[in-house]
Amino acid sequence: MSHAEEQSFFHKYMWSTDHKMIGMQYLFTGMAMALIGGFMAYVFRMQLAFPNIAVPGFGQVSPGQYNALVTNHGSIMIFWVAMPVLIAAFGNYLIPLMIGADDMVFPRLNRLSYQIFLLSALVLIASFFVEGGAFGGAWTAYPPLSAKSQYSLTPLGATLWITAVALEFVAFLIGGINFVTTAMNARAPGMKMFDVPLVVWMIVIASIMFMASVGPLIAGAFMLIFDQTVGTGFFDPDKGGDPVLWQHLFWFFGHPEVYVVLLPACGIVAEIITVFSRKKMFGYKTVLYTTFATGILSFFVWAHHQFISGIDPRMANVFTVTTVLISVPIAEMMFVYIATLYGGQITLSVPMLWALAFIGEFLLGGVTGLFLGASGADIYFHDTYFVLAHFHYTFVPIAIIAVFAGLTYWFPKMFGRHMSEKLGKLHFWGTIIPFNMIFIPLFILGAAGQHRRIYSYEHFPELATPALQDLRVLATMSLVVMLSCQIIFLYNFFSSTTGGKKASRNPWKANTLEWTAESPPPHGNFPTLPSVYRGPYEYSVPGREEDYWPQDQPAETR
Amino acid sequence: MSNPFLVQASTYAADIDNLIALVGVLVGFWFILVEGAFFWLIFKFKAKKGGRALYIDGTNKGHKKWVSIPHYLVLVCDILIIVAAVRVWVDVKQTLPEPDGVVKIMGQQWQWTFTHPGPDNVIETEDDIEVSDELRLEINKTYHYRLESRDVMHSFSVPVFRLKQDAVPGRTIVGWFTPTKTGTYDIQCAEMCGIGHGLMPARVIIETPQEHAAWVAKMSAPRVAQK
Repeated sequence: MSHAEEQSFFHKYMWSTDHKMIGMQYLFTGMAMALIGGFMAYVFRMQLAFPNIAVPGFGQVSPGQYNALVTNHGSIMIFWVAMPVLIAAFGNYLIPLMIGADDMVFPRLNRLSYQIFLLSALVLIASFFVEGGAFGGAWTAYPPLSAKSQYSLTPLGATLWITAVALEFVAFLIGGINFVTTAMNARAPGMKMFDVPLVVWMIVIASIMFMASVGPLIAGAFMLIFDQTVGTGFFDPDKGGDPVLWQHLFWFFGHPEVYVVLLPACGIVAEIITVFSRKKMFGYKTVLYTTFATGILSFFVWAHHQFISGIDPRMANVFTVTTVLISVPIAEMMFVYIATLYGGQITLSVPMLWALAFIGEFLLGGVTGLFLGASGADIYFHDTYFVLAHFHYTFVPIAIIAVFAGLTYWFPKMFGRHMSEKLGKLHFWGTIIPFNMIFIPLFILGAAGQHRRIYSYEHFPELATPALQDLRVLATMSLVVMLSCQIIFLYNFFSSTTGGKKASRNPWKANTLEWTAESPPPHGNFPTLPSVYRGPYEYSVPGREEDYWPQDQPAETR
Repeated sequence: MSNPFLVQASTYAADIDNLIALVGVLVGFWFILVEGAFFWLIFKFKAKKGGRALYIDGTNKGHKKWVSIPHYLVLVCDILIIVAAVRVWVDVKQTLPEPDGVVKIMGQQWQWTFTHPGPDNVIETEDDIEVSDELRLEINKTYHYRLESRDVMHSFSVPVFRLKQDAVPGRTIVGWFTPTKTGTYDIQCAEMCGIGHGLMPARVIIETPQEHAAWVAKMSAPRVAQK
């Protein structure tokens, strides 16, 4: 195959089948959507801190707009930021490089996946400009509110929203097939299953989980579209339907989805902590087994979102058991990561700071989940800001912190240059400190009984106290600081793509195969496809002079 | 343990707060322990010039125990949490003590309607007292609620009771509470129900038997007179 001929701009950037370019397309689309989602958070947090003022850059927020902003912030951050960046951008970029292949096995399917994804993003954005405005029935879209326009008052917005979500699922189904097939069939000679880097494993397992869980929700999405547009009654009790059915379909997907985005983040962190502590992974197989256990168990916990939704209360007991028990494999994975640090030579570079921050912050997200998994306590905490703070302590580490870890770590490979360490550290602290100052106050507000998705608390005497309002202001101001600090990142990122210090092939002295390719790798990745002789984490092997041992280096060189 | 922000105004509010405290102690212990170990390792093993990391693959028994012992301890804590959670759950949501009265609660966009039994203390009779956004209860009396929705999902939440239950259109959901403290408290809607979701405040007013009887009499008087 000849990769050398010059491609037109359109073919290179818009119509590419190169896995790295498609990864970049996903990355930049995800980053653009993150800016939109972040702006939405800014607008509704301003409304909560300073009710009924004209928000700078937006104006007065009406209750309908508030609902639409909250709904679409959630939808965007999960479906159009976490998914495309963690699964699709890193998956596309890393899988072929890390398993020593020249591309995905289905490059044109890959291109189609991105195109459908882009279409879904455009449909979602379009929903803000139709009559009635964007959908405002929460990202969970419970019917009958989402099913009937006389209730939601967004006849077009609701249908566009669910159409966009369904399209996004199609894009990731296609992408997932590609990831799994590539990792199964295109590995370098000599690379056994247990020589595959953890991040590749995790993206593949996440893709399998996604494919196994999304089917019911795609069916549910079509049922909802039909209820909205042609008057069927799948979720309409007046026509013999059942609104709670949607919740089962949604959460049967929705809870595995949490782990779908968590796993790639854990994989990224595994790669980084081993490199920057110069340590072998403490129990590579243990990590995999905890991943399998988490993945399987995550299919049996969905109804913990529905404890008080009118399901048979006896069912809650079963789901309490499974939900609380899922803490065992996840805690074990965190223990393994922490144990990996023991005896290391830890360099606190920017990627390592992010990776460690992921562990430190995710722990708080993890332990607060137990309050919610415990059914009796969930009666009180359900749908309060405690829930909100809990899952932001999981999702921000996943979709923001781990993504920054991955981007700063693979940046030299992606662009052949280094980002500024100094700006990187400034951006790190400018994100991590305000992040905690946003969500710790929200934990307290949740414990005080503040419910979610309410655009102003002035009508609730117990919540309209000055002390609680101060906490809301603190959270909002911290958010403004955190969002402003992202300018540092954007500057550092884009100026370094052309002006950064040139990077060598393997600037971090890492073992995995992507570091044997040029930085940035050309179309086709490797001049000759590598062979693999050992696992990915052979750092500081006794008896060797170098403290790393690349996977493709034959053993004779010992 | 009690919630510093909110009084406990039902019989099971303290049980739920105690459960929250138990979970808090257990996970707080783990959180501090693990974060402590984590930061200690980061500072202890900072890279030194010419230093070399240990080669540990975590497969021999001596190393494994550092993960397997915490693993089993987490499991023990989980079982404690499950037992405590299920006990509270069964009490609040699965059992229905004999009621002294019944109230009907109807959620709709965007208002709560509370139907109280009239002087005969029987619901769904002529003398029912229907009030919007105001639930009147007598202290230390056990009530059943029959929760319904006229249109979309709502959620009936009384933070001082520590009670929450979704209202599902097409269903009647029965539950219970026993108020234990007089006063006026918030009722919130806890499930996104449309544009007016933030405008569904209601109040629960818990009264002494005398006050409550007076209110029932006042609300019933004009209607009785009309007949």
